[in-house]
Amino acid sequence: MDRNKHPIINTAYQLVPATGSLLRTLGTVFMHSFRKRETVSYPEESVYLPPRYRGRIILTRDPDGEERCVACNLCAVACPVDCISLQKAEQDDGRWYPEFFRINFSRCIFCGMCEEACPTSAIQLTPDFEMGEYDRQQLVYEKEDLLIDGPGKDHDYHFYKVAGMAIGGKDKGQAKDEEAPEDVRTLLP
Amino acid sequence: MAIIHVDGQAYEVNGADNLLQACLSLGLDIPYFCWHPAMGSVGACRQCAVRQYKDADDDQGMLVMSCMTPAKDQTRIDIEDEEARTFRASVVEWLMINHPHDCPVCEEGGHCHLQDMTVMTGHDRRRYRFSKRTRRNQNLGPFIGHEMNRCITCYRCVRFYNDYAGGTDLGAFGSKDNVYFGRYEEGTLESPFAGNLTEVCPTGVFTDKSHAAHYTRKWDLQFAPSICHQCAMGCNISPGERGGSLRRIENRYHGDVNGYFLCDRGRFGYGYVNRSDRPKVPEWRAQLDQTPTHLEVDAALDHITDALRHARRVIGIGSPRASLESNHQLRELVGDKHFSTGIEAQEQACLERMNHLQRTAGLPTPTPREIERHDAILILGEDPVQSAGRLGLNLRQAALARRETMGEKLDVPTWDAEALKTLGQDSYHPLHIAWPTTTELDSVAIRHSLAPEEIARLGFAVAHIIDPSAPAVDRLDTATRETAQQIADDLMAAERPLVVSGGTLTSEAILEAAGNIAKALSMHAKQAGLVLIRREANSTGLALMGGQPLDWALDELAQGNADALVVLENDLYQRLPAKQVDAALARADIRIVLDHQRTPTTDKASILLPAASFAETSGTLVNLEGRAQRFFQVFEPAYLRPEARLHASWHWLHSLAVSLRGEPPKAIHLDQATQACAEAYSSLAGMAQAAPGADHRIAGLPLAREPHRYSGRTAMRAHLNVNEPRPPQDPDTPFAHSMEGYSGFDRPRQQVPFAWAPGWNSPQAWNKFTDEVGGHLRGGDPGVRLIQPAPGHQGHYHQPVQSAEGTNALRALILPRLFGGEETSSLAAPIQQRTEQPSVILSADDAQRLALKTGDRVNIGEGTTLPVYVQPDWPTGWAGLPAGLVAGVLQGATLTLSAGDKP
Repeated sequence: MDRNKHPIINTAYQLVPATGSLLRTLGTVFMHSFRKRETVSYPEESVYLPPRYRGRIILTRDPDGEERCVACNLCAVACPVDCISLQKAEQDDGRWYPEFFRINFSRCIFCGMCEEACPTSAIQLTPDFEMGEYDRQQLVYEKEDLLIDGPGKDHDYHFYKVAGMAIGGKDKGQAKDEEAPEDVRTLLP
Repeated sequence: MAIIHVDGQAYEVNGADNLLQACLSLGLDIPYFCWHPAMGSVGACRQCAVRQYKDADDDQGMLVMSCMTPAKDQTRIDIEDEEARTFRASVVEWLMINHPHDCPVCEEGGHCHLQDMTVMTGHDRRRYRFSKRTRRNQNLGPFIGHEMNRCITCYRCVRFYNDYAGGTDLGAFGSKDNVYFGRYEEGTLESPFAGNLTEVCPTGVFTDKSHAAHYTRKWDLQFAPSICHQCAMGCNISPGERGGSLRRIENRYHGDVNGYFLCDRGRFGYGYVNRSDRPKVPEWRAQLDQTPTHLEVDAALDHITDALRHARRVIGIGSPRASLESNHQLRELVGDKHFSTGIEAQEQACLERMNHLQRTAGLPTPTPREIERHDAILILGEDPVQSAGRLGLNLRQAALARRETMGEKLDVPTWDAEALKTLGQDSYHPLHIAWPTTTELDSVAIRHSLAPEEIARLGFAVAHIIDPSAPAVDRLDTATRETAQQIADDLMAAERPLVVSGGTLTSEAILEAAGNIAKALSMHAKQAGLVLIRREANSTGLALMGGQPLDWALDELAQGNADALVVLENDLYQRLPAKQVDAALARADIRIVLDHQRTPTTDKASILLPAASFAETSGTLVNLEGRAQRFFQVFEPAYLRPEARLHASWHWLHSLAVSLRGEPPKAIHLDQATQACAEAYSSLAGMAQAAPGADHRIAGLPLAREPHRYSGRTAMRAHLNVNEPRPPQDPDTPFAHSMEGYSGFDRPRQQVPFAWAPGWNSPQAWNKFTDEVGGHLRGGDPGVRLIQPAPGHQGHYHQPVQSAEGTNALRALILPRLFGGEETSSLAAPIQQRTEQPSVILSADDAQRLALKTGDRVNIGEGTTLPVYVQPDWPTGWAGLPAGLVAGVLQGATLTLSAGDKP
């Protein structure tokens, strides 16, 4: 029998499986109402963010409580949207630090390139996204807004303990794997 | 020419080069450290190893150092050979063993040759786990920072400092792996070319201290091709700006002028651009004792237009430290009959004389590069290191080139630096300096300590010996006669003698003497040259433009022939005695001053217009060769400091002229300003070709001022306003205020804001822009010569001056000073710190007559007290005074010294 010649029979052939599919879908949706919920009632309920979530950027301090950022500018140059700007300054003891450190969060895409580029573990992304503002200007964060009091995710790293430059409290030869400064006036082997 | 085979490919190269030079000139990359295009090879670092084969049948070959192997015809080498690659990677690994893991806090990072070479050789993992050697640093003065941990012992610093620049206080100490580069004792590096160590050193051992104070990575700086404004040499520089302030000056390679090196005044003297006390908005005051009122641009223009309309006659005073465009606009504003060059009369006479001599003395003016090929030099009445910085280094190379002449006979190639040094020892090409006191070049020169008139007489005597038809000098004493004979013999024995003189002593007689020698030499058809040193960046240009001297302008005002005055970027008190200037200014009711600094003259202004400095505007200067060179705006000051109202002087003056004519305001662009100037003076006609115009494009692109990795664009201005304005547009030049534009090396171009090529971030990247390393820019060296020798010997001999009559009066002999002797650079903090303790030099006779001894203090004029230094061979009757210290004292002015306070 040629179905195309009998439209009613043809419609019935299509209608029966379609109805079945519809009912199965309704059933599946209905069954979902008994499952565990994935959405949370934000803001009444807080959101779980994994520790490596890439949110609000912070500047951390080393285990001694000194600013970790040495103003090397690598975060700024790694930033694909060029939203980091800073200026190097030097403390009396020779430590480099940022005179200002500005992130324009209205441009930031939270890609984490700055964190990857940072040689001192200073700049870190945190599990926090609650940064909404009514005024875009408020999204420009200065160093005071960025600097926290702890070491962040990296608890131990201390750049100046491995770098050769002498700073206050750490002379030449006192960094990790360093010999005492050479006496250039000796010719002894 | 020679054919060499590299990695199986045949290339044509210069057979006089070594393989490293030849390969780099071909654009092939071989890593290297100790070799430098200007200093040759020593084979110390072992980094440039390649495999060389004896002939086409040799399949073993051997590793050789390419910098120590001549590029002979049919040389076969492999750069990409596996063993050579491994060898080079190992060398970098050894060099990096003790390198201190401090790139983030190193000022060299980002334009570091060591970083580039480490990446090039592929060394990216540290395997060495043992302890590192450390070394102490020294304080090397206000210019140079020192961090010895970073040293890779390539010996470039001492080779440059001692062998090339003639310094004596930097050395290599210690032995084996314990080598230290520094001074015997901590202290300021004495050489006036020490700043080049920051570029010569392939790592961060020597860094720019003035830059460290407001440090920015190279990729974050905005550059433009610029010309140094600190003397008449016209060195090409690459100033870098960030955040609205100038951060550093780097050398910009110019094959003919400055090559790879600058002097320290040019490199560290930029601080005046960043001074916080600079005038930033137009200021107006009715009475001198009033506090100035700040005006908007339109209000200021209206105010001035009003005032000038009511003036009887307006005198315009130009300036040799302003661009030709600005001076021309001033001249247009006030009219030819009312324009003064702003140069004191005697100095201007000398400048005009020098331009005249360059045309008619019969000798061409060599470029500074060509100077190094002259084999006998007479410097008449100049101290080139103090008066023209970089030129001193060229002259020194000319004296040192004796080694190469000797090496030629023994077949020692010119790049084999250590062999030539051993061969040459202390033999130099003859370099005679007629100058009353010690100079930086004394170690390679014979100096004749003479008074200014005697210098001229010596010159006339030399000319007479060379060509007896030149007038003889009467009553010449035996010593001078012998000296003259010796100098004449040396000049005549040479193939390419050179005469250097200049306007430092503002003595026309000395210049005439130099002209006589030049003419005498040209009679003998020598390939000789004549170099004439001018004092300021645009002295040559202003003399070409012409105008009345400053004395005339002040007289016109003092006599009441004019009642209004427009001063362009000029501090009159530096040029003439304060009394004379005061008298003139007191008679001028309207005193309009344009300047980018606060000077005693701006303090007397009724209206002060803030001019843009060289970094904030563009213009044209003419250097001492007569080469017109354009400098370009580095940054737009209003972008980061919206409150600033800085504009080019030529902009201000043009707007004033338009407004004075009652026309509707219209802008003038740089190309129009340049064209107007070129058309107005036949002697300056060529200046329009000095650089490409604003419509110049490469591959349809403007030229980028910023490196492609320029960072922070969306944050650096966000504290002012998070809404980013459009980047400043530049209708005046072919450069864009952004990284969008051409910044590559593969298309030849003349105007290079900064040198960068893939894998080459350090200044060594210049090798990618030159036709051969150490040669000329592939796009042609910038600038055009405006002064050409007139064909035929048109000049005539001048009559010698008579010896000065014996007088008891003590005359001032102003000695040029590299640090502190120039008006604007001495406003920069590093230069102020580097300026040496000034003293008055007296002869033993004068000291005895005045009952003074070395160390006593004397008063000079009003308010300046200086210690006395008694120099045994100093000419009697003269008191040597450092330039720039006692303002308004002219060369040769009578001085009265009175005993000062005891120290």
